[in-house]
Amino acid sequence: MPTTRVVLESDEISRALTRIAHEILERNRGSADLVLLGIPRRGVPLATRLAGRIAQADARGSQGQQPDDSRGPAPVTVPVGEIDITLYRDDIRRRPTRGLTPTRLPEGGIDEKTVILVDDVLYSGRSVRAALDALADLGRPRSVQLVTLVDRGHRQLPIRADYVGKNLPTATSERVQVQLAEIDGHDAVSISDAGAPEAPAAPEPSRTGEGSE
Amino acid sequence: MRHLLSTTDLDRDAAVALLDTAEAMAQTQSRTIKKLPALRGLTIVNLFFEDSTRTRISFEAAAKRLSADVINFSAKGSSVSKGESLKDTAQTLRAIGADAVVVRHPSSGAPHRLAHAGWIDTPVVNAGDGMHQHPTQALLDAFTLRRHLADGRGDLAGRHVVVVGDVLHSRVARSNVDLLATLGARVTLVAPPTLLPIGVESWRCAVTYDLDAALTDDVDAVMMLRVQRERMTSGFFPSEREYARRYGLDGTRLGRLSDHALVLHPGPMNRGLEISAEAADSPRSTVVEQVANGVSVRMAVLYTLLAGDLAGEGDA
Repeated sequence: MPTTRVVLESDEISRALTRIAHEILERNRGSADLVLLGIPRRGVPLATRLAGRIAQADARGSQGQQPDDSRGPAPVTVPVGEIDITLYRDDIRRRPTRGLTPTRLPEGGIDEKTVILVDDVLYSGRSVRAALDALADLGRPRSVQLVTLVDRGHRQLPIRADYVGKNLPTATSERVQVQLAEIDGHDAVSISDAGAPEAPAAPEPSRTGEGSE
Repeated sequence: MRHLLSTTDLDRDAAVALLDTAEAMAQTQSRTIKKLPALRGLTIVNLFFEDSTRTRISFEAAAKRLSADVINFSAKGSSVSKGESLKDTAQTLRAIGADAVVVRHPSSGAPHRLAHAGWIDTPVVNAGDGMHQHPTQALLDAFTLRRHLADGRGDLAGRHVVVVGDVLHSRVARSNVDLLATLGARVTLVAPPTLLPIGVESWRCAVTYDLDAALTDDVDAVMMLRVQRERMTSGFFPSEREYARRYGLDGTRLGRLSDHALVLHPGPMNRGLEISAEAADSPRSTVVEQVANGVSVRMAVLYTLLAGDLAGEGDA
């Protein structure tokens, strides 16, 4: 029997995202010029959630700093987009044809912005490489940082995350699955043993939750 | 999907998936850097045994935007004019190392022969064969219709498309009737009896000889076909003036269409014959847009046929 255990519950995911939002603000001294780009599929809802938390935290922060501003703090919004990396993958010819999702950049683009890439699982690092190539075709950000909800190790490229929700030591034979309320109905991160075809009813997470990139 | 030879090969889901991919491709074409690396290192041969401007250029642009290398082969000025057979040409292509062949041929069925005779083992895309099929034209027409009539999503269920003109010689009409019916649209063919093929009553569409009657029937789009004078060996209609009067789309007929109705033409147009200048240049006309959409649709076709793991898929 394949065994599946949940390693992150909903409230732990929530706390991790809040912490990452604060880390991003700390590292970048505020939310000016930030652009969050999610890598489909599950990076996209994560990016949206993070943007909300960053805006909230930054609004609170600036409120405390500028008490003399009679108009009150201007509402902070952090631009969010998504970046499809399918056409940039290095295994594109080794797998069945994948569907494309649209790339959506926020108004204002990414030129001279600090782009924060958001993905659910960091494994080999190959999807991040593809995302970096896709970014180069879309513009020239001032800098690029990487958020991952789970870092499961086994990197095959010299790539690391700047912000990690949880470091998860795994064996390569294990599968890491991220489930998010926006897509799967509930939040959870779980690990299952080899040969456990998790949720066979859902054929679409070709690269997403299983962290097999 | 291994080859794209006919729109009858596509079921609804496959057709919608292709159109969705084309939509994603179209979106990349508004960028400053239009080139995508998906087909890097692959060689695509455009094998054109028949004259073509827009289809060949469109396929070439599509392949290049996906970073494939393109070899253009036209029958004029090649060994075909010395009498080389299709088989020998195919074997030459294999030796060169082509990864896909886009073929246009004056004989119906030539792409099918090329795909299934065992001469080459690459995907074959039909870019128009005789009076048979022109699937990428039908896909780009459906893509254009879907953008205007269905918000660029899903299928064309419940829409009414009237296809007018030289159905007999038109591979565009055949491909479109099949694809539009697959996508759920209602199709009406309008043509003089002499320009309708034998067996048209078994097609998935209605047929009438009366254009004005057809245009009153809740029309969402009118597709005008080119009168193919180069394929006409005898008199199919008494005079061009009579044809234009009974089957041409002029300003008066244009004015009777509802506000959202579109005018399509696969090009090249015979202005003054099947379509008047007023209709061709009206804001409803999607003729230029169809050409732009052609590149996106052909990118989607090449991507779908070539990007995946070929060994892992069956012959569809």
